[in-house]
Amino acid sequence: MTAAASTRHPPGSARGRRTLAALAAARAWIFLIVLLIVFEIWSQIAYGSTFLFSAFNIRSIAVFAVAPVLLGLGQTLVIISGGIDLSVGFTMGFAAVISAQVANSLGAVAGPGIGLLGGVVIALGATMIPGWINGVLVARLRVPPFIGTLGMYGVARGAAYLLANGTTVPVQNSWLTWLGNGRIIGIPAVVLIAGIVILIFHYALAETQFGQYTYAIGGNRQATLRAGVNVRRVTIILYMLSALTAGIDGILYTGRFAAGAPQAGEPLLLDSIAAVVIGGASLFGGSGTIIGTIIGALIIAVIQYGLVFLNVEPFWQFIAVGLVIIVSVLVDQSQRRLGGGRQDE
Amino acid sequence: MSDIVLETRGISKRFGGVHALERVDFSLRAGEVVALAGDNGAGKSTFTKIISGVFQPSEGEIRYCGQPVSFDGPQAARAAGIETIYQDLALADNLDIGGNVFLGREIKSKFLFLPRIDRKRMREEAAKAIQVLDVHLDRLDRPVRALSGGQRQAVAIGRAIHWDARVLIMDEPTAALGVPEQRKVMDLIRSLKTKGLGVIFISHNLADMFAVSDRIVVLRRGVVAGERQVGHVDPEEIVRLMVGQ
Repeated sequence: MTAAASTRHPPGSARGRRTLAALAAARAWIFLIVLLIVFEIWSQIAYGSTFLFSAFNIRSIAVFAVAPVLLGLGQTLVIISGGIDLSVGFTMGFAAVISAQVANSLGAVAGPGIGLLGGVVIALGATMIPGWINGVLVARLRVPPFIGTLGMYGVARGAAYLLANGTTVPVQNSWLTWLGNGRIIGIPAVVLIAGIVILIFHYALAETQFGQYTYAIGGNRQATLRAGVNVRRVTIILYMLSALTAGIDGILYTGRFAAGAPQAGEPLLLDSIAAVVIGGASLFGGSGTIIGTIIGALIIAVIQYGLVFLNVEPFWQFIAVGLVIIVSVLVDQSQRRLGGGRQDE
Repeated sequence: MSDIVLETRGISKRFGGVHALERVDFSLRAGEVVALAGDNGAGKSTFTKIISGVFQPSEGEIRYCGQPVSFDGPQAARAAGIETIYQDLALADNLDIGGNVFLGREIKSKFLFLPRIDRKRMREEAAKAIQVLDVHLDRLDRPVRALSGGQRQAVAIGRAIHWDARVLIMDEPTAALGVPEQRKVMDLIRSLKTKGLGVIFISHNLADMFAVSDRIVVLRRGVVAGERQVGHVDPEEIVRLMVGQ
């Protein structure tokens, strides 16, 4: 801070504001830490056992968080660009059903390895269809993202149920179920896969031109167009990436529960949006980070798992997550009123 | 004074049956500020959009630095050195000055084998571009929404200078600014002039036009209604040309 800046505010209040702004920026971390401390104390008092320092609990929370994190990754990019993707839940179900069916039928002929590979490739390939259509609707035909992806929500839902003949498809492929439940050096495979996808998305958003354009489109689409950026192409890719993470999520779900369910992602749509918002993104676009979304998803996972662990009626989860969303948005707005802040990266 | 950077001859533009521009002849010298005056619908913005490559003329020729040119998009005009500064549409508020100055043309470095954008260098280069305009920012890592209106204009202009613009089109650069900020923008335009850029300045404010321009070209219903040197004309005459009495 230099002299020029401190002349704008009285020095004392400037320091206060900066502290407040820093707290607001770190709110997701603070939420998470407070939550962990509260649950730890609660668990010690009520049951005399630890909540946090148990490998089982940590692993369970991590596995719990994988589903909202993966949906949230694509959702983060789309929301930063000023859009929203309501279709991810059923795109996930669509991929879950396809991966189960392909793994079964191809696996029966060519073995579980080929079955798994075919299931993954075809399911992810298939999710590119709704993703591309979403992107074209929003980028080329200028349909409001809320409406366009709501339409795709219905289409993907219907397609998933039709492909599954209205029921859940059981999986007979040991490789696929290992993918959902196996561990490598003690770490669940689903967590490792999510970790790799997280790294790739973080890199793409924070370090590449593509990521910079995602922020720029959310900040000022016109200016980005005028700067010569191919806004349409970037937008279409964003929605395809969102569908891709939903597809990965669907495949992991199928592996974990040994069943491809059309409704696999139904309760996760709002969790994914909540994770993004709790993580500090604005629904108006232009801000947000991958790390924020992960913290947001962890908060949701800790609340959901922790309340079950502490034997609280499950319905309290909804109330707790809802309150965190509201408080998070309130803090965000007061921070915006303070103005400034660092560039979101 | 014969170093004409930009010239149009007989530019016409029709949208269906609507004649937006009819045979517009126009010239701009290096180091000259020309104001485009005219009522709403006179063709000012159609004309600047043709120069900046947004529209293609239906007829006529654009000559830039003595050569006939045809721009198939704003990107081509920008690459050649014709830059447009828009009051509201210029900047992505959530990016810092480096992100804005280099938007679409980011500086890249390598991290191991992965390409990454070099934010630090972009900030430093952007700060240099703005210092040329005598504007100094205390912090470079903040989103430009934290800047004042005049500073934001400076970022947009700094971007143009950094990319070697020779012609700058400024569409209502002082609208929506407070009086001190308006003065700052006027100073910016004067400093562009001394740097040898040609500036096309669109404004509704006659006082601003008279304050910074060398020449005023008046458009009315798509044709050039008149052209006057500042110093040999009073505002009333410009208004008469604009309304056609």
